[in-house]
This record gives sequence, C-alpha cells and structure tokens, in this order.
Amino acid sequence: MAGTLAEKVWEAHLVRRGEGGSPDLLYIDLHLVHEVTSPQAFEGLRLAGRQVRRPDLTIATEDHNTPTLDIDRPIADVTSRTQIETLRANAKEFGVRLHSLGDADQGIVHQVGPQLGLTMPGLTVVCGDSHTSTHGAFGALAFGIGTSEVEHVLATQTLPLAPFKTMAITVNGTLPAGTTSKDIILAIIAKIGTGGGQGYVLEYRGEAIQALSMEARMTICNMSIEAGARAGMIAPDETTFEYLKGRPHAPEGEDWDAAVEYWKTLRTDDDAEFDAEVVLEAADLEPFVTWGTNPGQGLPLSASVPVPAEIADEGERETAAKALEYMGLTGGTPLRDIHVDTVFIGSCTNGRIEDLRSVAKVIKGRHKAESVRVLVVPSSARVRLQAEAEGLDVIFKDFGAEWRNAGCSMCLGMNPDQLAPGERSASTSNRNFEGRQGKGGRTHLVSPLVAAATAIRGTLSSVGDLDLPHDIDITTFDGTPLDGVGASPLGESVVDLPIPVAIGSAPSGSASGQPALR
Amino acid sequence: MEKIHTHTGVGVPLRRSNVDTDQIIPAVYLKRVTRTGFEDALFAAWRGDPSFVLNQEAYSKGSVLVAGPDFGTGSSREHAVWALKDYGFRVVLSSRFADIFRGNSGKQGLVTGIVSPEDIEILWKILETKPGTEVTVDLEAKTATADDVTVPFQIDDYTRWRLMEGLDDIGLTLQQEDRITAFEANRESWRPKTLPARHLPAVEIEAARPV
Repeated sequence: MAGTLAEKVWEAHLVRRGEGGSPDLLYIDLHLVHEVTSPQAFEGLRLAGRQVRRPDLTIATEDHNTPTLDIDRPIADVTSRTQIETLRANAKEFGVRLHSLGDADQGIVHQVGPQLGLTMPGLTVVCGDSHTSTHGAFGALAFGIGTSEVEHVLATQTLPLAPFKTMAITVNGTLPAGTTSKDIILAIIAKIGTGGGQGYVLEYRGEAIQALSMEARMTICNMSIEAGARAGMIAPDETTFEYLKGRPHAPEGEDWDAAVEYWKTLRTDDDAEFDAEVVLEAADLEPFVTWGTNPGQGLPLSASVPVPAEIADEGERETAAKALEYMGLTGGTPLRDIHVDTVFIGSCTNGRIEDLRSVAKVIKGRHKAESVRVLVVPSSARVRLQAEAEGLDVIFKDFGAEWRNAGCSMCLGMNPDQLAPGERSASTSNRNFEGRQGKGGRTHLVSPLVAAATAIRGTLSSVGDLDLPHDIDITTFDGTPLDGVGASPLGESVVDLPIPVAIGSAPSGSASGQPALR
Repeated sequence: MEKIHTHTGVGVPLRRSNVDTDQIIPAVYLKRVTRTGFEDALFAAWRGDPSFVLNQEAYSKGSVLVAGPDFGTGSSREHAVWALKDYGFRVVLSSRFADIFRGNSGKQGLVTGIVSPEDIEILWKILETKPGTEVTVDLEAKTATADDVTVPFQIDDYTRWRLMEGLDDIGLTLQQEDRITAFEANRESWRPKTLPARHLPAVEIEAARPV
C-alpha cells in the first residue's frame, strides 16, 4: 500500500494496532529527558514500584534551568537547583545516562540527540518538550509529550497513540539572498496559523527544503509545533547520512549499510495521499519577523505593524489589538522602525554552530548598537567548544556581545536570562508568547541573520540593510566556517572536535567521565 | 484515577482565544518537583487584575471553564493541567484544543469537550448574564447543560471510556507486556542505544587562542 513517510515510520513501530476506537500502541526508540518535565514522572514510577524499562534507550541532560554564567558555582536559584538535583538523583536511582552541567555533551536536549548521533531516520523519538519535533529533520517521527506520557514511556517504552493526519508542505524554488530556513517556517506559520497544523504530522518537501543543510532543516521541523502540528518531518537523503556518519552513536560497518539501505526507503510514495497540502514559493520569501504575541503573527520585514481596525474577522481583530497593546506597538508602524533593547541568539531553534557562524560572518569587525544588549548562547557545550575553536567567541566579544554557556536560556527565561518588564527583544528562539522571555517582556522572533543585522542597527533589520564589505557574499549564509577567522576549524562537524581540557581543572564526576568545562 | 460520569459546577466564561500554556501557567512555576499545589500558579499573569474573571466572587469557585478556540496551545507542560485541576476545574469546554494539552488532560482526569463556536457563545452569554450559573457536564450523553440550554460536545470514545472507568494508562499498557517483549526481540541492530555511552577520544589539543 502506498504510504507517506510518517505512515511508514508509524507502521514500523506498531506493537499493537488499536481496535474499537482504542489507540495504537507504538514502540519508542529514543526517549530524551530533561529536568523540568521528568521529576513527577520518576516520582510516579517510584510510587507505583516500577522501573525504567529501557535505560539503554533513554538519555537525560540539564538544559531548561541551567545558568549560562558561573556554571562552576552552585546554582543560585533554589528551585532551579532542586530540579537539577532531583534529575541527578533520579538518573542515578534508575540508571539513566545523564549529561550534567560542566559535561561536554550537556546542552539543549534537541541538540544533544543529533550531535551524539542518537537521532537518526526511521526512529520514534519522544521527549517531555514540545520542540522534540526538531528531530523530524532526520526523517524520524518525533514529538513532544506530557509528564504522564514521560512516565508511561519510562515504564513501558511504548505510547498509546491515535494516528495523526498528514500534511504536505512543499517549498518550491530557491531562497533569495539573506533569507534562511527560519524565514521559511515563520512564513508557513503565518500562512496556516498557530492552529493550522493541529492533528497533523507535517512533511516538508520540495527543492528549497532539499537544498537545506541538516541544521537548517532542524530549525524548520523545530517550529512545526508553533503551527499546532504534533511533528514535522523531512525525508532522509545524502545530507542526512553525511551528517550522521561517524558520530559516536551512528551505526558502523554492516549495521551502517543495513541502516542506509532501509533509510533510503523512508520517503513518501509517489501515489501516496496527504490529508492536506500547502505550497510555498521560496522566491517570494523575505526575512520574516513577528509583531504580535503568537508565532503566527508574523510579516515580511518590509511590512508595517497591522492596523487592527482593518482586520475583517472580529476574533482576529481583538487578538491583534490585545497583542499590540502588550507589545507596545501602534498599527501602521513600519517593522523596520522598531527599536529593540536585547538581541538573543540561541535556543533549540537557532543556537547551533551554523547559526553562530552566520551571525559571526555578518558582525565580524563591527560593533553592536550602543543601546542594545546582545546575548549569544550556544545550544550545547560542544557547540560552544567548536565555536571557540573557530574563534567565533572572539568575534562575538569584539562585537560587544555576551558569550555564554549552553542551555535554553532566554528562550523561556527559566534561568536568570530574562527580559525586564517592557523590554523588547529580537530573538532567534521559537515563541513570542506574553511573558515568555520574562514577565512583561516583548519578543520579536527573527532569523539569526536578522538578529545580527538588528544588533548592529538597533532596529529590526535585515542583512540587506547593512553596508556589508564586498568580500562577504550574502547569498551563501549556508553555515560553512568562516575564512581566515581564528584557528581553522578542527573538524567538519561538531563531534569531530576533541575536548579541550580547561587549565587546572580536575576530572569531573559527571556521568560521562568527561573533563569539566570552565 | 477517579471515575467521572457527570460533573456539575460553576461555569467560568473565559473570552479569550489562543490561551497558551504559558498563560495557563508561566514557566517560572515549572521549577517545582511535586505533582500538586499548583493552584496559585493558574493564569498567574492575569490573577493580579481585579477584572479577571476568576477574581470575581461569583466565578471564583468555578469548575467548568468555557474558553475560546485553540485552548492550551504552545508548550507541552502538563503543569497546565495540574494547575487547572488543583484550582478546582474538572471540565474545559472550547471549540478547539491543542493536541498535546488535550492528551495530557485525558490522562489526568480533566474533561476536555469540544463545543461548536456558536454554542460556546451561547454558554458565554448565559454565564455572563447570570454569574455563578452551574453547568452540568454529562459524559454519558456528551452534553453540557447551563440554565435551560443543553449543548452537545465531542470527545473521543477512548478517552471518554477511560475517564468513565477511571483507568490508569500504564496499567492498561502493561497488560500488553508480552507483545512489547516480542516487538523488542525483532528490533534491528542499527537502532541506537544510549548505553554504554560512546564518546569521542579525549585527545589533548592546542588551544585556538590564549586561554
């Protein structure tokens, strides 16, 4: 029978097909765990006298609460510290592998899976975090789950689920200069709305998607949830295999060959039918920014803030008016005239090495706008090490930016990295909800390139607004390392990087036995 | 889990759409490690506003929330359901729910009924005209009744059955343990294992710049 990519992965994980309205029971290949949504799940296991069924398919990291400064000191915030200590105790008690703060593989859970080569095509991947959709970029069926489901997977390695519907999102053509995969996904969400993907697994396809690097694909799949979708997927291809090969947990030898042979079958059959289809032309895209308080309230940067009175639908009009009031914006203001106080570069959406390289490429040799605070937070400790090996940290510091340690940071402000009330940010993260980045904080979601240009000019800007040196080719922000910056990159990918040993550091007692970072 | 067949309680009209889980419970409250005690965190950003519906005496003891479309969007935090339940809510009615939120609700015994936008409007008008009006939600009949108006709601049959029987998910799945074990026996060897942990060799390198 003809099937879509999502259906093929689903079928391959059926432990039991549901009957009479009961859900299917699906096997879970990889379970990612972090400190926020797991304590109550482990508590549930303990209360019921249950074990973790497959610790060997489970991996934990600390990310949501971790400070990005002074990581060698005890965490100042008591509740944050309690959550992290609880995860450490639970990991020890239940035999789960944990990458703690200070470990080279610590970082945002959605970076840790791919960088270790644990995320691969054809898997089912779950995590108690909605941005688990990120892993769909590899052709895995990956979705966020709630804490009871975390407990369910820990206890049984399965999940009861009703089948999802499928939606094809085809992006034809080639992206214009200065636009990125972030602009693709912001445009998609603006088009279909924050509820448009509800009940669906989105499959991104078409020329513009195929041309993207693995990391750029992860940005798109990451934000599928912001369109309401449970998951987003991209069929695996040579780009995927290339990214995976040689990573610590990637298959080897005969296993690799068998895996690739199977992975090549993971594509939607030509005669398969989707429940819905959306088509976009990449050539029509421009840098996109959000103006409101949900990720669907986005517009091309050349547009102006909407005037609520001009919106026909009553519900939308009220929503827009409320959003503008919160955002402190007046309808009709050109988006380019909006001043920001903070630029945040980081998160599971855009905190990877390619993102940092594109930003560095734009800001190299310049200084940030005086009034703007710039925070650069790599998505994992290893990404930070890679960036430092390439000398990107020097570019950021010379620019006037703060170069921080890895974690979720200001994306959701669970650690001290927050906006003050009324403060406005241009943020490469994924959500512009009220209060998301700090109580009263105002967020504009942007691509790393827009973030970089905005940090230079102090107002929402694209690289097209900059007077870039002639030797910078703005058509190739493809995440390749920068020429002539710092030391030459130590390897092609993040995991090829040997781990530097901080001077004077004693071996840490972390789960991996890696030396501690400073 | 407690069995639910019918529930009657004060209806609370929440005239907002796109109430995301950050509004239901801000991230700052997620740092707790317990399963209960989240009542103070519910709608925390709005609770300081005297005009907010739950700050009005007639609605403060509400247990049936009647909300606008796209309720529970955003983050997957289950704390949103715990906060609603800890406050006293047993039922949320909306014309559309976010998938994860609806899934989480079913597992925690919070009823999420899908009601047409027109019927939501009717319920809002009743609850706003006569604050404190009780709403009776009948899972058997799949109806919600306020005053003299009865409207139908949708809920998937499986969740409804589990709510009515008060069945725990994990217990149900563990009845299938033989099948899970059989499935595991046939998994391909290329599928990843997190243990033993594989790492890169810790080669000492020259720093790229002075440390």
